[in-house]
Amino acid sequence: MTSLGFSLSQARLAFSGQWLFDGLSATFAAGSWTGLLGRSGSGKSSLLRMIADLPIPDTHDLTLTTDDQRPLTGRLAWMAQQDQLLPWRKVIDNVLLGPALRGRPTVAQRQHAMTLLNDVGLSDKAEQWPKTLSGGERQRVALARTLFEEAPVVLMDEPFSAVDAITRLELHELAARLLAGRTVLLVTHDPLEALRLSDRILILGDQPASLSDFDVPGGQRPRALDAPDIQRMQSQLVAHLHSAPHANTNGSVA
Amino acid sequence: MSVFKRLWPALLGIITLLGLWQVLVVVTGVPGYVLPSPLAVMQAFTAHQQLLWHHAGITVIEIVAGLLIGCISGLGTALALARFHGLRRTLLPILLISQAVPLFALAPILMLWLGYGMTAKIVMATLIIYFPVASTCYDGLRQTPQGWLDLAQTLGANRRRRLLRIQLPAALPALASGMRMAASAAPIGAVIGEWVGSSQGLGYLMLDANARMQVDLMFAALMILVTFGVALYFTTDAMMRRLMPWHEDRTGATS
Repeated sequence: MTSLGFSLSQARLAFSGQWLFDGLSATFAAGSWTGLLGRSGSGKSSLLRMIADLPIPDTHDLTLTTDDQRPLTGRLAWMAQQDQLLPWRKVIDNVLLGPALRGRPTVAQRQHAMTLLNDVGLSDKAEQWPKTLSGGERQRVALARTLFEEAPVVLMDEPFSAVDAITRLELHELAARLLAGRTVLLVTHDPLEALRLSDRILILGDQPASLSDFDVPGGQRPRALDAPDIQRMQSQLVAHLHSAPHANTNGSVA
Repeated sequence: MSVFKRLWPALLGIITLLGLWQVLVVVTGVPGYVLPSPLAVMQAFTAHQQLLWHHAGITVIEIVAGLLIGCISGLGTALALARFHGLRRTLLPILLISQAVPLFALAPILMLWLGYGMTAKIVMATLIIYFPVASTCYDGLRQTPQGWLDLAQTLGANRRRRLLRIQLPAALPALASGMRMAASAAPIGAVIGEWVGSSQGLGYLMLDANARMQVDLMFAALMILVTFGVALYFTTDAMMRRLMPWHEDRTGATS
């Protein structure tokens, strides 16, 4: 798997008859991790769905260019807020969902899935039903399923928000280690998560919304909680998000 | 032991009801050709065992055949509707209209077309469950959570695999309630068919016994129908549970 960067331009999204954002553009370097933050209703999750070409009810438009000029379809993996494990498939079969949806998983693929479950520390639970797992374990299975796809681009929509704080910190370490080298776009509500995991932080805000950069701390991902500057930058980031006007409060977006 | 523990309140209720019935008959002195006592029904049952089992066999075949055909074709219709968008506009209105036709009124026509044999009754039982099964299955297939559909799309599933590997298993709980409903409706179809015109079956036996004022025999036939209906319901329920060992929400009749 080689790294793949991509860029988007002329992204626009209408919400109740007005453009929530229009003419948005951004570039995501190969192998980099970008944290995308913004207030509720800023359209950041919709932007992520637009990149993944998933259905959204509102009028939208987007031009997507990859580094090798070929379409992104089939080369991206999707991780949502919920783990989306299928309750009728055992843990290992959930990891193998991709090949099962494209055909029939081979023995080699099954062994590979087992290796990935081992990587996320769940090889002993391979033959269990998902309902027997804890929230953190389920999200680790979802991570293994994402890893199986070996997609160079990974889109994540608040993937760690449904688990408790400690589990979330553990998942950060695991995801940063296992998804190294991939181009990751991470939509999150958690400023600390963005500061720990991102090479670059983008904030979607203002009227009409635009993307603005926010400095990230130095050092390697995942940055430790006691890394220099991380606490100070967290309060700055919170203040920044707080001062940005809420997306659909007042005024008309002509 | 645990089975008995779970069932005894229900058994107690049934025995109490039968006791009240016996008391009512004894106290009021109502004649046996109007309302036979439970004991009289039991006597009629033992006296006419061979006759009852012969007719019960016919009805059971009609019910089971109708149930199988109705469920399979209902599920098939639901899958076809979910798979082929173009079919919806043509087939859904027809299904709705067909449901407005009173099936009781159809029964004599079915006799006319298919004769007095089993076929007409099987068709009747099939018809009575076909639409409810098709519509509950179709509803279930349409209500797949968006997150799973998103996943299927990003994983590159085609429509057929998405339907069979995601939407169909996700619809199983809805499908199960459709099947349970069908299991309790199928006997109605078969008996209606037998009432309208037949020479065999429990429905026929009941009409015949009624005409001869053998009300105790009629009740005995009714008891067999009820027992079989309950057995069929629980069998379907148990099969659906075996199909879904992963399902958490076990809202069947026995839980």
